[in-house]
Amino acid sequence: MRTILYIIQKEFKQVFRNKTMLPMIFVLPFVQLLILVNAATMDMKNIDMIVVDMDLSTSSRSLIEKFSHSPFFTLLKTTFSVDEAENRMLENETDMILVIPAGFEHELYGQGATSLQIQVDAINGMTAGLINGYATQIINGYTLELLSETGRNALINLIPKNITVNHSFWYNSELEFKHYMVPGILTILLTIIGMFLASLNLVREKEMGTIEQINVTPIRKYQFIIGKLVPFWIIAMFELAFGLGIGKLLFNIPVEGSLLLLFAYAALYLVAVLGMGLLISTLSQTQQQAQFLNFFVLVTFVMMSGIFTPAESMPHWAQDLNTINPLAYFMRVIRMILLKGSEFRDVAGDFLAIAIMAVVLTALATWRYRKIA
Amino acid sequence: MVSININGVDKSYGQVKAVQQASFEVPGNCLFGLIGPDGAGKTTLFRMITTLLIPDQGNISVFGFDTVRDYRKIRLFTGYMPGRFSLYPDLTVGENISFYATIFGTTVKKNYHLIKPVYSLLEPFRDRLASNLSGGMKQKLALCCALIHNPKLLVLDEPTTGVDAVSRKEFWETLHQLKDSGMTILVSTPYMDEAARCDRIALMQAGRIMDQDTPGEILSKFRVPLFEIRANDRLGTLEILRSIPEIKRAYLFGQYIHIATDSERHGAEWLKTQLSNRGIANVKITPVVADFEDCFIDAVENYTTHRT
Repeated sequence: MRTILYIIQKEFKQVFRNKTMLPMIFVLPFVQLLILVNAATMDMKNIDMIVVDMDLSTSSRSLIEKFSHSPFFTLLKTTFSVDEAENRMLENETDMILVIPAGFEHELYGQGATSLQIQVDAINGMTAGLINGYATQIINGYTLELLSETGRNALINLIPKNITVNHSFWYNSELEFKHYMVPGILTILLTIIGMFLASLNLVREKEMGTIEQINVTPIRKYQFIIGKLVPFWIIAMFELAFGLGIGKLLFNIPVEGSLLLLFAYAALYLVAVLGMGLLISTLSQTQQQAQFLNFFVLVTFVMMSGIFTPAESMPHWAQDLNTINPLAYFMRVIRMILLKGSEFRDVAGDFLAIAIMAVVLTALATWRYRKIA
Repeated sequence: MVSININGVDKSYGQVKAVQQASFEVPGNCLFGLIGPDGAGKTTLFRMITTLLIPDQGNISVFGFDTVRDYRKIRLFTGYMPGRFSLYPDLTVGENISFYATIFGTTVKKNYHLIKPVYSLLEPFRDRLASNLSGGMKQKLALCCALIHNPKLLVLDEPTTGVDAVSRKEFWETLHQLKDSGMTILVSTPYMDEAARCDRIALMQAGRIMDQDTPGEILSKFRVPLFEIRANDRLGTLEILRSIPEIKRAYLFGQYIHIATDSERHGAEWLKTQLSNRGIANVKITPVVADFEDCFIDAVENYTTHRT
């Protein structure tokens, strides 16, 4: 026990002496939370659009006005040439083209129905969907306005009268994207500390040859491993508290559930992550190799975990794969506890899963570590 | 008393046979030198003795303990200084020493007398990070860390490689002091001239132990006459020399060529005639006493011819 404590003490000395590691520990959460949470928002602003108005009527002008008054759209120009507008899109200068055909107003009032064309740059499918959504919303709003102004039956028929859909979003009623992102970023943060730093630290001993000297001492393997990993467990737990603090102060993220429960889950999750870090360290000889493996594992797990895209919308095989993805569990649990206020019985299954993963990963890593060192 | 017993040890890395059929004994309280060029297999052998590697074949016992079965016991009383600096560069001199003291369950204070001769030189740099030490200082620190738990056996892998002549001399003096305090010391070196400083030596080449004895015995085994000549066209002369059947051996030795003839009958005069007959005149032929390098080359040649 004394040996373990002494190794831990030595590790902390080295971490705090490391000129890149210490700033990383404090700067990383700030940068990730401040930049990523704000940048990786799903709210679209500044959609550049070009209008091809071939009607030049009061109606078309008032529709265009609706767009230019919207905070989401920026009207670059109006033109008469569809070709010109399309060229602009080819040049990547505009995100959307709205084509109002000649006779728009005439048809609208004469036949009670007309059509418009919206062309959206769909290089990024998600953006295209959003642009389309916003545009449709504006056009619908315009139609409703027309209805109240004119009261024309023909138009009323276009809108279903009997069914009204009222939305109510639960657990994040304003669909505040930041509340959704902060827990996700915290998950990544914890994983980086646990997996990256711990595995790099272990490989460093190999790379520098210090492990050679350690191996001839009476230090037992388990003492060495525990002594090496515990500091990163502590740092990561601290990091979670630190990150939550920033999230609360800067983004006012809700904390509906019990923080104790969250930290208990994080404690277990970190064991699994540290086990993975240890496993990676046994697979690499140099810090460079370890880094490469870390990135591979992290990127795969992060993309699968549902940080941006809901895991539930993935194909079944991908969801099955996620049963062995610790990040997916933590991502879900931290969101459930923070946003929804889930209690232990709601996440008991996740506790069990991560506990199994922690045991398996640590056992596997220790076994491999024994075998090669 | 025998401290280390190496018995028919083999170790390969894939196709490379690093150590082959190595067998020798190290007596207790002895300063034993393993002499051989780079790549001879010295480090591999040391790593097996210090329980870091498991032999493919054969066995090694250290003070009666088997390196595979009782490795944990051996680690308690062995101090190892790897060829490469293996201490924590981001810890200070003092921190490194007390770290190693603590993991051996002892304190710097308790064994201070052991490391004092070396540590007194390091004392002024107590709070300096190990990475900022000079080469010689690093080596002293490594020795301190290997000594701090008062080991019965001290294994030093090429401790004097890359160290200046004065420091090397000091280092060997320190080793003798330690030996006098009762330690068994195993040291490897590629420098032939350091062989004389050991109590016993083993000559190693291409994974095999060529010979082992006291330095004096090794030198006295060289019985044939040995001459030194200086020639302008060294390679050409060498070729001519090797074509003479009575010349047992001819090889480059620094700026000179060393020539060993097959018996006392073929001395300096004979050699002079042979050379002038072959158009090499005006060379100065000096009889020389064989040193360890000559003995090493002799041992390697003898070993190869005996085997084939």
